Amino acid sequence: MRRIFYILLSNPLSVIGLVLVGTVVFSAVFADFIAPFPSHRGAVVDFSNFNQPPHWPNIFGTDLVGRDVFSRILYAYRISLILGVVVLAIAVPIGVTVGLAAGYLGGWTEFCLMRLTDVFLSIPPLVLAMSVMGLLEPTLTNGMLAVTTMWWPWYARLVYNVTRSEAQEGYVLAAEIIGASRLHVMFREILPNCVPSIVTKMTLDLGFVILIASSLSFLGLGVQAPTPDLGSMVAEGGNYLPDSWWLTVFPSLAILIAVFGFNLLGDAFRQVLGSDQ
Amino acid sequence: MNDAAADIRPVLEARNVSKVFMTATHEVKALNAVSLTVSRGECLAIVGESGSGKTTFANMLLGIYPPSTGELFLDGDLLPARRTLPLRRAIQLVQQNPLSSLNPRRTVGASLRLALDVHDIGDREGRKTRIGGLLEEVGLPADFADRYPSALSGGQRQRVAIARALACEPEILVLDEPTSALDVLVQARVLQLLDELRHRRNLTYVFITHDLGVVRNIADRVSVFERGNLVEQAGTEEIFERPANAYTRSLIGAIPIITDDEEALRKKVMEKNSAG
Repeated sequence: MRRIFYILLSNPLSVIGLVLVGTVVFSAVFADFIAPFPSHRGAVVDFSNFNQPPHWPNIFGTDLVGRDVFSRILYAYRISLILGVVVLAIAVPIGVTVGLAAGYLGGWTEFCLMRLTDVFLSIPPLVLAMSVMGLLEPTLTNGMLAVTTMWWPWYARLVYNVTRSEAQEGYVLAAEIIGASRLHVMFREILPNCVPSIVTKMTLDLGFVILIASSLSFLGLGVQAPTPDLGSMVAEGGNYLPDSWWLTVFPSLAILIAVFGFNLLGDAFRQVLGSDQ
Repeated sequence: MNDAAADIRPVLEARNVSKVFMTATHEVKALNAVSLTVSRGECLAIVGESGSGKTTFANMLLGIYPPSTGELFLDGDLLPARRTLPLRRAIQLVQQNPLSSLNPRRTVGASLRLALDVHDIGDREGRKTRIGGLLEEVGLPADFADRYPSALSGGQRQRVAIARALACEPEILVLDEPTSALDVLVQARVLQLLDELRHRRNLTYVFITHDLGVVRNIADRVSVFERGNLVEQAGTEEIFERPANAYTRSLIGAIPIITDDEEALRKKVMEKNSAG
């Protein structure tokens, strides 16, 4: 564990990733304390100070009804992170179980599970999410549901491939000869050896889930007003470019920082955990 | 080596065992009507080059797949295609490569504990002591239970693999080239350990190998496989002194030559090492 940390800190790119991710997570968790105007996360109107360019104390400017853009970005991070974590918390166990079962049990189980996975993978993710959202009410919960539906197959595919190669290892044969159950072999023997790949992908994916969720709300299918969301802030501000540039630029930068940070960190994990074996 | 220890009654018997593998285009006959018996406490070496069917035979003993035709008997009882837990427990395996046979993400103790848990050997508290005892039996300190395989040398890992097989309290150990991934000095010590364990626990060994030098050290009898056929079977001394089959002769001819003087010298050095 200490060694992993040391390797992370010795690579400048992963340090940048750590700092960016740390900033995003810190902002989301402590939004209540950092945000100069915590009440602006909701339906607040202040027409005495609307559509103002960056100035003190509204360092990122104010939006069309006078809310502080900086405060809203902090709360939007919170929503995005919650969404990312919930999506992965549901998608990863499903995908991992499907991948393990298909990769280890083989035969018809493998055929059915992997063809089902292929069907999901063959639909463009955004189209799939949009159709789910179109069928249901556009709320945060349904947004998570939509993104989860499109996300688990990637984990199924990843874990399936790792399982297929791990199943050839002697320790799997050893457990089978001893008489261990299939569940034991899958979850206690093979799964621990899949963890590095899964952790790496999860770190990368947190960024992508935030991006996809933003894309959905950019299209008006995600989180609904007045809840702050990076995607809908960009979409809304886009109507007033280039004059009210701060409405678009700052939320876009916020998305960029989150996605970039999680990507760098994920890459760093891939190197560290890859060299671990 | 110690023929007196061998019981007359066969603990293991193969009757006309054949195995045919189907590929997309044709059938491959991996094993052709092999019949042999192994007595309790005996070490039977199965030798042959790659593709001779020795691993196929071992896999059928272990129940990884059933014979195409023919039967296998354990203590006179037919071994079914689907093995029950007690039957699995009776025949255990030590694999060739200790690098892959231990799970890199589980401690040595966890790997050993699996065998005890699956076969419900000892009570919950007793298992920890038992794991320590098993490690000591194979010449490792008991506190190795908390280590991961990456902290062990090749020889130590192979000792753990042996301890894991012993944890099941088997009657028969199938040893699939257990020393060929180790360097020569470690090889000799592991062979010595295996020999001690066999006598102490009255185990029966089926020793799969292509290394005839190793065979000479440990086996009581030798079965020679060639392209799926059992071509010769005799006591170890006899095989080396009077090989009847041409293929056996060519295998023996392929051993690196050591003169009698060198052999005598080697034994002295070995004794010194094991004493010190």
